[in-house]
Amino acid sequence: MTDALLVRWLVLAGARVAAARERLTDLDAAIGDGDHGINLDRGFRELLRRLETGHLASDPPAAVLEGAGRALIGTVGGASGALYGRGFGRAGAALLAAGGGDAAPLDERPREERAVIAFGAAVDAIAALGRATTGEKTMLDALVPARAAFEAAVGSGSALALAARRAAEAAEAGAEATIPLVATKGRASYLGERSIGHLDPGAVSSALLLRALADAAAEA
Amino acid sequence: MIALALVGHSDELLRALRVMVAQAAPTVPVTIAGGTGSGGLGTSSPGIQEALAAALRASDGDGVVVLFDLGSASLALEIALEELPDGDRARIAVSDGPLVEGAVRAAVEAAGGASLAQVCAVADAERATPKLPPDWPDRPGGRAVAR
Repeated sequence: MTDALLVRWLVLAGARVAAARERLTDLDAAIGDGDHGINLDRGFRELLRRLETGHLASDPPAAVLEGAGRALIGTVGGASGALYGRGFGRAGAALLAAGGGDAAPLDERPREERAVIAFGAAVDAIAALGRATTGEKTMLDALVPARAAFEAAVGSGSALALAARRAAEAAEAGAEATIPLVATKGRASYLGERSIGHLDPGAVSSALLLRALADAAAEA
Repeated sequence: MIALALVGHSDELLRALRVMVAQAAPTVPVTIAGGTGSGGLGTSSPGIQEALAAALRASDGDGVVVLFDLGSASLALEIALEELPDGDRARIAVSDGPLVEGAVRAAVEAAGGASLAQVCAVADAERATPKLPPDWPDRPGGRAVAR
């Protein structure tokens, strides 16, 4: 079973990343190595190429997520490629795992429930690979509150579009809240206190990806 | 003989380092994985995986010590290692030593026929090995590495 929303999200995310390429790179130049937008754009271009040219777009959601992860890991080049790539890959793996055993077949469960499984696995995987937590001026400052908002919305019966909107809002607030933080992970940590006063580029790109999800879901 | 795999952000940097290593230990196989694979600065898990596999083959299965540089290198390396078969991974040791000093020191050790653990240990030990002579004049902030 393919998931049209998943593919639509990835395509829209690619377009948003391309449009934000300069902004993300400028944010990264301020506190990192100035390649976040360039790197992420390269990775999403490759992902979109694979969606357009191969069978990936018609694969089951778990395979699309794992394929997205491989595309990003192979081409992004920075820490963000390893982290986002691992996140997408583990989201796909979690869907496969959840579909086995005595649980109800994945296809028969609500889309929202599957999304909670995938989202949670992605955030856990990113935190584990990065050995990071919130408050360290990383993408987790956007992703962790977004995951909580998403789960809360689904838990109270919201449909995917509304839950995704709540996640995007939480991610954007989380990204903004990185401005006063001192970076303790990644290249920005070399700046110590001088990293204060800047948005974290990874948190901004995470919020951008989730806003793309909300917008893609709203079109459905 | 133990082989080395050098992992980092710049293909140019690692090519030059390989020349330095060869000067000190010409018989030791060295593979490199530098840059994004498309000519840019960065790291690439698929490229690292290839370099690890090639080093392992070049070592005739004896083993590989990996030296890497900053930032995303360890993340990409971790993903690359997970993609390898368990048997291969068991014969690869990642050193926490500095890239340049660790690589040269490890290569000399490997050329002498040392084991995987021994080669990795000397590369690791370069972290704590002072480079400044003991009579070097005081620096602002004092000495970085205690003697």
